[in-house]
Formats: sequence, C-alpha cells, structure tokens
Amino acid sequence: MTATLPDHTTTDEWEPVCRLEQVPAEAGVAALVRGEAVALFRDHRDEVYALSNVCPFARASVLSRGIVGTRSGVPFVASPMKKQPFRLADGVCLDDEAVRVDTWDVKVDGGVVLVGAKRTPA
Amino acid sequence: MSNRQRLVVVGHGMVGHRFVQAAVERGLTDTFDVVILGEEPRAAYDRVALTSYFSATCAEELSLLPGGSYDHDAVELRISTEVVSLDRAARTVTARDKVTGTETVLGYDQLVLATGAAPFVPPVPGREHDGVFVYRTIEDLDAIREASHTATSGIVIGGGLLGLEAANALVQLGLQTHVVEMAPRLMPVQLDQAGGSTLVRHIEKLGVNVHAGVMTQEITAGETGSVDGLQLKDSYKIDAQVVVFSAGVRPRDVLGRESGLEIAERGGILVDDQCHTSDERIWAIGECAAPAGRMYGLVAPGYDMAEVVADALLDGPGRFTGADMSTKLKLLGVDVASFGDAFATTEGSLELVYSDAVAGVYKKLVVTEDGTRLLGGILVGDAAAYGILRPMVATSTNPGIALPENPEELILPASRGGSTGGGVAALPDEAQICSCNNVSKGDIVHAVEDGCEDVASVKSCTNAGTTCGSCVTSVKAIIEDHFAKTGREVSKALCEHFAISRAELFEVVKIHGYTTFEAVLEAHGTGRGCDICKPTVASVLASQFNEHVLGGTHAGLQDTNDAYLANIQKNGSYSVVPRIPGGEVTPEGLIVIGEVARDFGLYTKITGGQRIDMFGARMEDLPAIWGRLVDAGFESGHAYGKSLRTVKSCVGSEWCRYGVQESVSMAIRLELRYRGLRSPHKLKGGVSGCARECAEARGKDFGVIATDKGWNLYVGGNGGMNPAHAQLLAGDLDDETLISYLDRFLMYYVRMADRLQRTAPWIDSLEGGLDRVKAVVVDDVLGLGSELEESMERHVATYEDEWAATLADPQKLERFVSFVNAPGTPDPNITFTTERDQIRPENHAGPVVLGTTIPVGASR
Repeated sequence: MTATLPDHTTTDEWEPVCRLEQVPAEAGVAALVRGEAVALFRDHRDEVYALSNVCPFARASVLSRGIVGTRSGVPFVASPMKKQPFRLADGVCLDDEAVRVDTWDVKVDGGVVLVGAKRTPA
Repeated sequence: MSNRQRLVVVGHGMVGHRFVQAAVERGLTDTFDVVILGEEPRAAYDRVALTSYFSATCAEELSLLPGGSYDHDAVELRISTEVVSLDRAARTVTARDKVTGTETVLGYDQLVLATGAAPFVPPVPGREHDGVFVYRTIEDLDAIREASHTATSGIVIGGGLLGLEAANALVQLGLQTHVVEMAPRLMPVQLDQAGGSTLVRHIEKLGVNVHAGVMTQEITAGETGSVDGLQLKDSYKIDAQVVVFSAGVRPRDVLGRESGLEIAERGGILVDDQCHTSDERIWAIGECAAPAGRMYGLVAPGYDMAEVVADALLDGPGRFTGADMSTKLKLLGVDVASFGDAFATTEGSLELVYSDAVAGVYKKLVVTEDGTRLLGGILVGDAAAYGILRPMVATSTNPGIALPENPEELILPASRGGSTGGGVAALPDEAQICSCNNVSKGDIVHAVEDGCEDVASVKSCTNAGTTCGSCVTSVKAIIEDHFAKTGREVSKALCEHFAISRAELFEVVKIHGYTTFEAVLEAHGTGRGCDICKPTVASVLASQFNEHVLGGTHAGLQDTNDAYLANIQKNGSYSVVPRIPGGEVTPEGLIVIGEVARDFGLYTKITGGQRIDMFGARMEDLPAIWGRLVDAGFESGHAYGKSLRTVKSCVGSEWCRYGVQESVSMAIRLELRYRGLRSPHKLKGGVSGCARECAEARGKDFGVIATDKGWNLYVGGNGGMNPAHAQLLAGDLDDETLISYLDRFLMYYVRMADRLQRTAPWIDSLEGGLDRVKAVVVDDVLGLGSELEESMERHVATYEDEWAATLADPQKLERFVSFVNAPGTPDPNITFTTERDQIRPENHAGPVVLGTTIPVGASR
C-alpha cells in the first residue's frame, strides 16, 4: 500500500514531535511522523530512540507500549504482544537478528524531540 | 600424500551422516579422504521429525548439517549425486550428477553403503494416478502439500507407525483424513488388540477415520486421471483426492544386488556383526543392511551400525548384535510405547493389564512367571512410565532390573497407589535413557557433573533427546535428582537483573518496605530491569501496598494490559470487561453495556466467567467507554490483570429446587472481597449451591461447594493448558471459617508462588503438596494464620476501583492518546471489517501509512 506514496526515506527534514518529558523515562510513546506510526523511547541515560511502532511479529502498531529494559546492558523494548525484544539502537530483534524494525534519526534540541530521516540498514 | 586412502560413503541420510560424524570425531580422516555422495538435493535431515516440516519455516530447520558442508578439509559432500553402478573388481563407483547429468567414476579404498530404504508401494491397481504419493522425503511432503491445496480429503494406506505420521501430516494440511489398514488394528507390529483399539478411539476423536481389517481393491480416478477415491475389496469406496502409501519400506540394496554382494533372503545387503559385506572393502549400514539377515527400520540401530563401522575401520572391537526395537512416540498427540516382548511370547510369561477406557489409557506389562523380571510392555494414552520401565526389561543378554514387589504399581495411576516420578533415581547408571543415541543415565550424570546445568546443555553434550525427544522428561528428572542429591541449588533467579526468586523478592519488599521498582533494583538487582522483573516487582508491590498500578513510577513497569487497564488484542485494539460479581446483573446493567458497545461500535461476546467482553476499543477511547460504565455503577473487572478474575456461581438455593446453600450471595461476597488482588497469575473462583456442581467450581483456583452442613473448600483447580481438578482443603465450613481459610490460602499463594505459576503447579511444587497447604492454612503450623488474614484485610480495606481512580486523575489519563503529537488521530494500522453483523480486526501485511487507507473503525 505504501508503493503509491512518495519515498520518504530520503527526507533531510527534522520534524519536531514532542517535548522530551512527554516521552516517559524508560518507556515509550507513539507519534505520527509523516503519516507513519513511530515509537519514541527514552532509556535510563535520557537517550531517545525512534523505531517503527509496528511489531513485525504481531503486525500490530503497539511497540511504544512495550516494556523498556536492558539485556546485558543493551537497552531494548519487549513487544507487548509476544515479548520479542528489539534493540532500541537499531531495531534489530535480539532473539532473531534476521528481523528488524525500521528506525529513524532522532535528536533532542532545546528539550524538543525531532525525528529525521528513516535510516537505511547497514 | 599418496599414502592417503579414499573412503566413499554412498547415501547421506541420517545414518550416513552419523557415520561421517563418527569418522571425523574418531580421526578416520587422519588416514582417509572421505567423499559422501547424497542423492537428495540437500544434506542429511531429520527424517524422524519429517511431519514437523509443515510447521517449520524452512527445510533448513530439519537439517542435521546446517550450512550443508562438514567443517573438515578431508571431507567432501556431494549432494544431488546418485550412484548408478558399482564395479567391485576395479573398486570404483559411477556417480551421476542429477542436475547436470554428468557421470564421474570414483575410486575407493573402502566403501560404505548407506543407501537407506524406499517406501514399499504394493501393486494396487491405480497406483500410477496423479495424487498418489509416498512419505519419505521433503520432496514427497512438498508434493503432498501442493496436492492438498485442491483436495478436501486424503487416505493413508497403512496404519503402522509411519502411516500414522503421514495421517498426522494430512490432518495438519486440513484434509479429512482416512487411515486404511489390512490388519485388524493399528500399529499391528507394536500393539496388541486392546492397545490398538485404545489408539483408534483417540485418533477417531481427532476426526481421523480408521478403516482396519480391510483390503484395498483399486485406486480410482476421475476423467482427468487424478485420484478420486479408494475402492475397498467387497466393501465401500472412500472418496479422496490424495492417497499416501505408507505400507512399509524395502531396503535399497540394488547396488549390492547388481554387483553380486550377498543379499539377505528378505532383502538387504547381508552383513556380519561388524557390518562387513561379503566384499572385504565394502560395508553396509542402516536400512539397506541386513545384519544376520534382518533389516532394521529404525534410526537407532542404524546409528549403532555407523559407530560399529567407524570402529572397525580403526581395528576396534565394536560389534552389532541386534537392536532394541522399543518404540515410544507421540502419534497425533497420543502417547504410544511398545517395548521388549510386548506380545508375551516368552514361555510362561504373565500379563499385568491396566485399562481405563473412559480416559483412553491402556497399559500392559509382560513379566516372568515368578513376577520378578520385566519382559516387555505396551503403553497407550499415557506413556509416562516408559522411561522407568524400559531399562528394567530383561533380555537374553541383559538381566534388566528386578521388579519391585508390587509391579502393578508401575502402571497404576498415582491416585490409585501408583508411583509417580522418582523412578529415575532408582535406575542404575548403566540404564539406557535415550535409545535413539544410546545415552545412559551415567552419561547424563557425568555431563551434569561436568557443568551442564539444564536440559538444553545436556542435550548438546550427550545427544540425549535430540532425535525423537521422548526421553527429555527423564533427562530433566535425572538432572534435578542429581542436583537434589548433591545439595546443589537449581538457579531460582528471576532474570538477569535479579538473582533471587519471586518469593524472595516478596520477602525483601515486605521486610524493607520498598515501594518502588527503583528501590528494589538498587538494593537487590543489577542493570535496568526487563519485561520479566518489572511486571513481577510491580505485582509484588501491588499485592502488599495496593497502590494504583498507574500511580507514581509504576506505569512503566506494567505489562501492556495492566498499563492500559484493558486486554490488548491482536490488532492493537483492546477489550473491556466490567465486573459482574457472581454473574449477577440487572436488566439496566445489561442495557448500559449494550448501549456502550453499540455507541463505540464494539464486538460483544459472553465470556466463560459469566461476564460480557467488548472488543475493538481503540486505546484512546478507553476513558470515554469507562466513563459511561463507571457512571452506571460498573467497576473494573480486572480481566487484564494477574489478579482475581471472577467467582462463577450457579443460581443457588433461592431459585434452584436442588440447591442447599445460597451460592450466588457467597460468590458475590467472595468476588467483592478479593477483587483487585494482584497475584502471581490470574485467579478464578467458583461457588456451587449443591453437589451437582453446576458452577464447575472444581475447575477453579478456589472452589466452594455447598453441603447440607455448610461449605466444602477445594483449591488448586485449573482449566487451560494443564487442566486439574481442585482438591478438598477442608469440609463443612461455616461462612466465616470458609473466608478465613480462603484469605490464608490466597495470601500464602501470593507470597510463595513463582511468577506465572498457577495454584495447581504451585501446590505440586511444595514439599508435601496439598498436605503442606492444609498444615499451613488449616492447622496453622507456621503460626502465619493471623498475619495472612491481616494482609488480606489490608487489601480489602485499601481496594479502590482502578478505572474510577484513573478517570479522576488527569495525569493518569495522559497516557490514553493514540499519538503524542496527534492525539485526535486514530492509528491507521487498526481497521475493522464486518462478520456476522459485528466488527472483526482486519489484517495488515506491514505498517500502514496514513492516507493510504480510510480507517473504518469504531463509530464515534
């Protein structure tokens, strides 16, 4: 269904989404970025991450509602559907590295969270 | 390198692969270059688990050699390569590449034939039609799957072990499945008539039609040449579009025959007890071989032969002296085992039989005339005793293990005086636990002593349980038994962040009075927590302090259901269940629920717990939905929590002409008392007004059944995956004693149980089981009674309706938005269609971008 839309992955714009404190500490919140559901997370060091909100296993837009934690020090979110863990840094599933969710560039400027271009996986 | 010799292996099935593994492990590769020629288009795979191919995501999952090559320079595997001839005089084989058609002549110094067996297709007229298959390779399964797309029913010809596996495959493919067997019963080689009949009853319950004692006359075809059915001799015709032959296998001994090797009378290349053929440079192993004239159609003897040949090539003393043909497997979900002299052919042998036709269990032991030795047996429907029984079996070469005084206890159910578990402890070290890979109890104990701590690592160290898996329970029991004997602690760590168990967490929270996850983590944990410890600590805190689950810093700890006080469904929408205590609801209440469901466009369904579930609510609509419900006097039903769900009741003595106590009042009283109690897992109760038990209370964690003198209290019942009947804790109680016992029981469980451990397994896990619960709850041996009751009183006194409290607090409501930057925009990923006049979720292949679909969600 996305084929009819212009390709957003090349955008170089930064879209202001919310204030940092609207992303709960060590938890997530959903945002609508260029028509797509994006999950924003904040880890214990106040690092902010932007992942697709859609869990690829459940095919449901729910990741922002998952529990955020660490596995061997690596911040991750557990899908609220069936608990698959996704690394916040790059969206890769820690139990199955062949699966990853899209991630976006994200930064905090003056207390505002800005989402940039969708990243292309390495 | 001229002194290096070449070893050619023909066939890369399970046995060929095992031989190569042994050759590498034992250093045959120091003197030999090994070339393996495999006919199939892929490396060896687990043929025993062939049926699981349909549930596997790819063929690779079954592979015994992931990656497709051996990690050794001297070993070369060529797949899709068939050997077309063998020239013994020139010591060469001619191999044909099945892809390119090129033929290569390959010399050998030693040749190992592991060509396996081929399915036997009896000469039934019509067997050449389209839609007729055999069941042996992944390619066969692919073809059957393809044909099943246009078929509605299928027939398996042959009701043996493999035939039933094939039937399982057809069932999985959604076909109406028939099994046709010439013998008067299923698995005629392994089971007697009574065992076979028990198996038939199980299998027919799964919708498989069994036609035993019938002869096939002709496979019929329609005008297109495709199968349309099977005509039975002097009998009826079965319609089907798929026919699978599974009438046994025949050794693939053609290379041996054509090259003049000695062949056994009933087929198979004749070999001696070192698996040597009549040519000193040629060996045969697995199903193509016939040691002492007999062919073995199981993988375990094939593995033994592979080891024997590897040994012989190193001048070792290994001999193949016959094999244990014991079988234990799960066929279509039914446990079946047959071992030793199952048919009591030994002179003077006696049979001990336990049969429960209702439960579908048949067990038979064959013992010696004096009852001291076990000769064999058959188990259908419950084969749990197999692990203990099989090593006891006496054979001509092995005296086995002496039977206990009352051997019938080995097959009686535990409730009738039979022994449960514990059996492995009595086994000697040499007892074979895994017959597929010949692993003894001693091997497993050594592995544990060498540092294997769980089933997974024992499996990878010893290979035990890696082929058919039937011994895994025994492996686990041996590990636990060994830990218990050596006084070693089995790790109770909750997760990587907490080295202590849930019960210990409960204690430290109680003693230190921590009120936040942060405080518990700082004092007793490491890292930042995860999806296991966060909800566990949240539950422990809630059980003790009963603060709102969305209050303070608790929200981020909750599983998503608790986090939004509703039950998440597959498309990310939620369902809503208001509490209806005891299942009693006024017409006005029903009307409100109906109106709310209608106004928010929700799907409604009656639950099993006498309430009404409304599905398809968008997260951002939950506060508005609950606003209406709370206004009408409804409270949260905690359907989303690991907490009390419902107390189900029958209609009781006020209406029912049989009732002896007022079950509805009692159910409401109990439900209102324990509502909101956070526990290790969900809790359900039931109250029945008489012994007819219409509330099904004994299927609940706590069940109360009226007597003419008061109430009987049962605990530890469970529906779900592992059903259990609740057991009597105390009888003829008055109302107040009933409640004090229940307070104690529930609080004791909340304190002691592991995370996600329901009451039935929790009681089982206590030393002494139900007797221990009785001692603590009824006899108060720990003197905890009043403390437990006080804890419950505190819970009751601090209860508040979570939804009413949420609606009253703007901060808690902040989280109920679809998007932080577009709170009014519904998530485009959630859409619905209509079925039977109600909504149902629509599936999406991937993320949906706003603008590409028009959401047709709940009307507002």
